[in-house]
Amino acid sequence: MSARPRVRVPETATKGEAVLIRALISHQMESGQRRDNAGNLIPRRIINTFTCAFNGHPVFSCDLAPAISANPYFEFSVKATESGTFTFTWADDDGSVYMDEQRIEVS
Amino acid sequence: MTMTRRQALVVTLGISAAAMARMPAYASTEEAEAVVSAFTGGAEPQAGRIVLTVPDVADNGNAVPVSFEVESAMEGDDLVESVIIVADGNPRPEVATFHFTGLSAAAAATTRIRLAQSQTLTAVAKMADGSFIVDRRDISVTVGGCTG
Repeated sequence: MSARPRVRVPETATKGEAVLIRALISHQMESGQRRDNAGNLIPRRIINTFTCAFNGHPVFSCDLAPAISANPYFEFSVKATESGTFTFTWADDDGSVYMDEQRIEVS
Repeated sequence: MTMTRRQALVVTLGISAAAMARMPAYASTEEAEAVVSAFTGGAEPQAGRIVLTVPDVADNGNAVPVSFEVESAMEGDDLVESVIIVADGNPRPEVATFHFTGLSAAAAATTRIRLAQSQTLTAVAKMADGSFIVDRRDISVTVGGCTG
């Protein structure tokens, strides 16, 4: 199972506009509540943190519990202040960090 | 071997009791309130400028769309720092905590969550001036998620 991020950011925006960002990552979000066929608890393994930064400044983040659905999806909006790069990160319980970057041109 | 009706009933009850014992325990309203209280530092959140949006009935508890929006200028003292979502009928009450900044265009977000059964969802926002506001929604879940 590999976690694959998919993020949608508009390519352009006008200064001061509210920009809608949609971010999804394919991930099973194993809750730690399920049992396998032998009756043993399957250990928890979820994305525990999602962050969005713009030109290095924090914009939005979320701490996730196992109650977030598989393939965690977030929709949020950001002020378009200047052209630059959004950096998205997802932290996995197993220590992996998945990343994606999207550029926006603001005029 | 033939079974009398009484024996069959006892066996059926035993099987369902065993199945119940395997189910995870659910959080209670008290546990959900404790999570809210830890978030607010004991302060009682007021009803107000926050709206939590969930469907009245969710057919599939594995992916229930949830949105919230706090009316806020998102600058100065009128800024939402964070929003917590709590579920009182899941194995664990915590769902998610969202953090906003001055770069957020609105204190609003949408995600998809798991709900084990019909229950009440609570959203509490922490404002930059130290106040807390709350909204609650009851939701009916046809087929629960989480367990399996």
